[in-house]
Amino acid sequence: MNIGTLDAGRMAKHNRRKRTNAIALALSLAAMSFGLFWLAWILFETIRLGFGGLALSVFTQSTPPPQAETGGLANAIVGSGIMVAMATAIGTPVGVMAGVYLAEYGQRTVLGRLTQFINDILLSAPSIVIGLFIYSVIVARFRTFSGWAGVLALSLIVIPVVIRTTENMLILIPNSLREAAYALGTPKWKVILSITLKAARAGVITGVMLALARIAGETAPLLFTALSNQFFSTNLGEPMASLPVTIFKFAMSPYENWRDLAWAGVFIITLGVLALNILARVLFRNKH
Amino acid sequence: MALTLSAPAVDPDKSVPSSVPGGTSPPRQRRVPWADAAFSSLAHAAAWLTLALLLGIILSLVAGAWPAIQEYGLSFLWRSEWNPVEDRYGGLVMIYGTLATSTIALIIAVPVSFGIALFLTELSPGWLRRPLGVAIELLAAVPSIVYGMWGLLVFGPILARFVQQPLQSWLGHVPVVGSLVTGAPVGIGILSAGIILAIMVIPFIASVMRDVFETTPAMLKESAYGLGSTTWEVVWRVVLPYTKTGVVGATMLGLGRALGETMAVTFVIGNMNQLDSLSLFEAANSITSALANEFAEASPGLHQASLIYLGLVLFFITFVVLACSKLLLSRLKLNEGKRT
Repeated sequence: MNIGTLDAGRMAKHNRRKRTNAIALALSLAAMSFGLFWLAWILFETIRLGFGGLALSVFTQSTPPPQAETGGLANAIVGSGIMVAMATAIGTPVGVMAGVYLAEYGQRTVLGRLTQFINDILLSAPSIVIGLFIYSVIVARFRTFSGWAGVLALSLIVIPVVIRTTENMLILIPNSLREAAYALGTPKWKVILSITLKAARAGVITGVMLALARIAGETAPLLFTALSNQFFSTNLGEPMASLPVTIFKFAMSPYENWRDLAWAGVFIITLGVLALNILARVLFRNKH
Repeated sequence: MALTLSAPAVDPDKSVPSSVPGGTSPPRQRRVPWADAAFSSLAHAAAWLTLALLLGIILSLVAGAWPAIQEYGLSFLWRSEWNPVEDRYGGLVMIYGTLATSTIALIIAVPVSFGIALFLTELSPGWLRRPLGVAIELLAAVPSIVYGMWGLLVFGPILARFVQQPLQSWLGHVPVVGSLVTGAPVGIGILSAGIILAIMVIPFIASVMRDVFETTPAMLKESAYGLGSTTWEVVWRVVLPYTKTGVVGATMLGLGRALGETMAVTFVIGNMNQLDSLSLFEAANSITSALANEFAEASPGLHQASLIYLGLVLFFITFVVLACSKLLLSRLKLNEGKRT
């Protein structure tokens, strides 16, 4: 009799544990599908609503007044392109040098640890605060919104991303490589430039591409630095249009033609950013 | 690293002018070529620049907010009046909006991220692991303006029709809960902003959780499996206790992101300065959306200073949250070093 009840009790417990496990794993699967579901839905809507508005005029004409028949996003696309390129050009060298410092000079020093800590915070700091900072340092001083202010705000977002990846990639380079170069009498700057940085090249480029993708979609830091401009302009000294800010302005408006253009802009920007991200990952995987 | 200093200067690239008269012995001074010094100081300067940046942000925010700090002091934090016409300001409405949306976001995002991390580390077949991980990371790469526009024009109406209206008719008469669901169910407000924030922070929390789960030594997990544990028991009783600081750190990182998110919130929160109703369906305002909407047009003076004060409060909160997250995550890393 004893053996029978014992087995029954054990079986019951066993079944309960199996059931808990099955429920938990099903929930985990559900969570995974939940995450993928949003990605799929957003991409689907972006393509559905954005692809239709895509015409040649989007790339050749400037932003129209409300309820106009024609018009495009040419000034916004060009403005975004200029500011993103300049910001990357300014931010990358600074970021790479600071990353080199962290990996090659600052290991185990107080400045190194502090920089690492601060950098991790800047990496996730609200980007609108960066906009406020540039506003009070540049815009308020020169009394005008300008493309330059936008470039600086974006480059401040590039720097932490590039520092992080550069440092992580340089740390992966085996020390024997450095020691071999030192043994040949190579000075440190040359070891870094032509041995370690060269070996970590793919990773560093990946970091720059990810930074590029991040700032291409940033709106908040441009709202009160570069502002916006409804005319075509390549002059960094005056307010400059950008794709994200134009989308923001158009999407919140009640005008049909502005909303259609905003969807076309969202389509362009999503496609570009996702393509950069995927490219960066493919590039990095091939090298390692 | 001191090797360079003692390396003999026989590098043919740089013919060091011999300072030894007669040139009988090769120059053996322990001399750093100027290039080395220049490169090193460039690298140091770049590191100092990062520190200066943080200091500059804090100082410029304090300087910009000074008129408002002088006028209100800390009482700014619990004054709810925001009236540009009469030039009287208080930040409570925005601070409440920021905290409420971020809380909703975490309530949704943490369990889902845990599930995703569990799936990626324990359940997924090997060949699916990377593509699925990348897909979740791509969710983080989608620009926030896209989330905003999608949330306002696509998700909001659907939420209103299929979630808010049923909830209202179902819970509207229940005493306490009912007051949370009053207001026009139009898909704009604290709840929509919270849900969209949740979608945006899930990838951050999930990918850090996955990384910390992977630090659990295989031997611990295999021992538990060997004793007959189910997958769930291994995760709940072995992996989670081992990585709990990391999990909290990941959550804090997500919180930091949610607090500072601007564009998506600005689109869907409704931008109304009200605190009369605590309903989750009611339009409200957050620190970031107030800045995005008002700052460029704010008149210099107390209005602008009050907005910058809000920015300072936001930066302070995110700084503390992110610093905690960083400390917790680095503690896990230290442990890892000790045990392996």
